[in-house]
Amino acid sequence: MSAAAPPDPVAGWRTPEVERELPGLRLLACEIEVGRRESLTGDSPPDIEARLRELSNRVRGPRAIGVRREPVPAAYRVFFRHIGMDPDVDRTPMESAMLERMVRGGFLSGGLLDDVLLIALMDTGVPVWALDAERLDGSLGIRTAADGEQLGRSPDPPLLAEGRLVVADSRSPVAVLFGPLAPSHCPRARTPRLALYVVQVPGVPDLYAEEALWSAANALQAR
Amino acid sequence: MFQEQPSGGHVAGTGGAIAPAPLPTTAPARVADEDERAARAALRAQIARLESQLSGIVAERFPFIAAPSAGGPAGGPRLPGLGELERCRDRLAARLQELSALAERRTEHERRARALLEAMKLEPGRYRYYRVPVRDLGEGSCGVWEVRPRLGVIGMLAGWWELTLSSGCP
Repeated sequence: MSAAAPPDPVAGWRTPEVERELPGLRLLACEIEVGRRESLTGDSPPDIEARLRELSNRVRGPRAIGVRREPVPAAYRVFFRHIGMDPDVDRTPMESAMLERMVRGGFLSGGLLDDVLLIALMDTGVPVWALDAERLDGSLGIRTAADGEQLGRSPDPPLLAEGRLVVADSRSPVAVLFGPLAPSHCPRARTPRLALYVVQVPGVPDLYAEEALWSAANALQAR
Repeated sequence: MFQEQPSGGHVAGTGGAIAPAPLPTTAPARVADEDERAARAALRAQIARLESQLSGIVAERFPFIAAPSAGGPAGGPRLPGLGELERCRDRLAARLQELSALAERRTEHERRARALLEAMKLEPGRYRYYRVPVRDLGEGSCGVWEVRPRLGVIGMLAGWWELTLSSGCP
């Protein structure tokens, strides 16, 4: 299986307010061409399914509990508290995936794109999100939502609370930080280009953030 | 995308009245801002330490001590102010105190169970039919240590007692 070399990740922008308050917060993004023939929302090919099975075998009860002490997931836990969230209520991506694994008895496939992002998360502890690159306008960054702003540019976009931390392009918020993507920017089954991004928080080494992005990009670019 | 709000801006009144000049941001105000930002950073550091200690207790003492569900305000990611960070710090500190107390009680419970098990090993005849669940020793399995007569009725009559471990989980 061949894949084009994933492009170098680009650091996203942050508004001065965000930079001052959350100095270690960083967004890394890259755009890729989807190389897989399969639908992004359909069944995963055998290589991805095999990785999911392997992960299911590797992740068991004791690790699910101990994960909150591993350096990278612990960094996201702390950061959730720093941004006003309670990780025991709104679970961090890693803990949420672990809980799903325990409840469902394994990492069940949720479609090619979801599976690839899950594998990157489980391998590195760093969550990766994907947006439809062709619907983006300008580079991605992190800022707070203004009063009355909406999530995305669909006909009836969800309203955002003022001050909500969001990932935005130059025109509008496209995702809530660690939250849902704008419906207008969610990748579809045959989206040809994806913008992948990770949110790196203080305590997460650059290597892990870049590895997560690289892992997802590589799996999706494979032909 | 974002327009900076001019600080101290004024709207000129009608009739050509001269609007007062905008007040410059004063040095004390900047110092206050800096002080508050430093206070928020200090609170974040405290929150990080408390979170790490809490996670340690939960991870080490699972399943005997479960992470209590928080009940703090949910509301999505934002930049909390000083007051909110203080409340978060206080909640975590209270929860840590509560879990530490639970952990201490649990440690004492396990210590007593281990002492009893030792005594049962040394003098089984004095502890006939005493039982110590493996869980009480802080181990996650479901066996039970029990003093039973060897060879059933013969052991009972002859005073042959032994410590056995049940086969574990059903």
